Amino acid sequence: MSEQIDEGLKSELQKQGIWVTSTQELYNWGRRNSIWPLQFGLACCAIEMIATAASRYDLARFGGEVFRPSPRQADLMIVAGTVTKKMAPQIVRLYNQMPDPKYVISMGACAISGGPFKQGYNVLKGIDRYIPVDVYIPGCPPRPEALLHAFMELQRKIDGQKLTGENKAAHLDRAQPSEFPVPAFGAHDLEPPSNLDLFRPPQIERV
Amino acid sequence: MESLEEIKTRVEAAVPGADISIIPNPGPANQPSLLIDNEHAPHVARFLRDDPALRLDHCSNVTGVDWLDRTVTKKVKVKKLVEGEEKEVEETHEEFFPGYLESVYHLYSMALKQGPVIIRMRTADRGEGARLPSLTPVYRSADFQEREIFDLYGIRFDGHPDLRRILMWDEFEDYPMRKDYREPDDYEYEPTPHDDVLEKAKQHYSTRPQLDGAEELTAQE
Repeated sequence: MSEQIDEGLKSELQKQGIWVTSTQELYNWGRRNSIWPLQFGLACCAIEMIATAASRYDLARFGGEVFRPSPRQADLMIVAGTVTKKMAPQIVRLYNQMPDPKYVISMGACAISGGPFKQGYNVLKGIDRYIPVDVYIPGCPPRPEALLHAFMELQRKIDGQKLTGENKAAHLDRAQPSEFPVPAFGAHDLEPPSNLDLFRPPQIERV
Repeated sequence: MESLEEIKTRVEAAVPGADISIIPNPGPANQPSLLIDNEHAPHVARFLRDDPALRLDHCSNVTGVDWLDRTVTKKVKVKKLVEGEEKEVEETHEEFFPGYLESVYHLYSMALKQGPVIIRMRTADRGEGARLPSLTPVYRSADFQEREIFDLYGIRFDGHPDLRRILMWDEFEDYPMRKDYREPDDYEYEPTPHDDVLEKAKQHYSTRPQLDGAEELTAQE
């Protein structure tokens, strides 16, 4: 384990041309530098996501340029845009089809909370009602720099994941679910309106 | 282009039995429209499209309007005999106007570069009678827009080739653009609620926990 290697010894060995590492470090280093996002966009945030992937901002610098058109090959879901209630079951289904380990970036005000369309009859008030979100980016839409920042935050998060022990990563823990129930189309709303195992509506205390 | 009155007289001559009236629209837009009876509407639309002087070949926009039931109270001064003496007494009359739904079509001519001529149709009521003839056989571009009106207002278009919901899912039962639509109660925190949202918010406020006096002691310390 990386904690068990003395940092001083490690640096001393490195000077002699011996590189010491741990499986966990190597594993996380490999994973964090090859995050393949799922190629789909929902609204104007998708345009910023495309800009991030293009030459000017160049997501390839972080190993995230390989947008996959199939959820079976993707590691990261960037929910870029307004999630309508009609679209939400499909998003959850795509998430369920992604193999572990998988991560979600909720990009923009709409994907976080419904944003400017929050009071609309057909807008989901945040994708975190149905699937777990790793990084939220506020903005309407967030600039490509913000998405890059979120990407780096995600890399930091992956770097800190443990392979063993009590706090090991969710995808290595059999007790943790990797799929979540797909909501059904109801007569007035999605059923259920949110996954209560994941999401609890905030308690409002005001007189 | 001809005035709306001229169009009206020509249409009435061309389509016998058509009942057409001009609905004024006071305001900055000032776009009066022709209200057409449901029975003759496809014939009238076909005339407007094919008439060589009009040639309204392009239906650019179709939309719906919801008019709720309303009661208008009027105060009328009436002369009456009160205790053997004639007096002016104010009486209030309540007049009831039943609600209805409308569909509005904006027609332009691409060939003659003129328009718009606005035509509208009215349903009998807002319930079972919310039916109108479809103009999709005349204007192909009305297809999706009539479906959208069906989806959001619940007007059934007779003669439409493929009348299904277009934006909401098929299992959905409400009509969200109707004025009496109530959305499902999934209220969340709003930083600055006001008006309708405030009313909604109040139902979700939990009451503060009962104070037992201990916090005052803490404040004194």
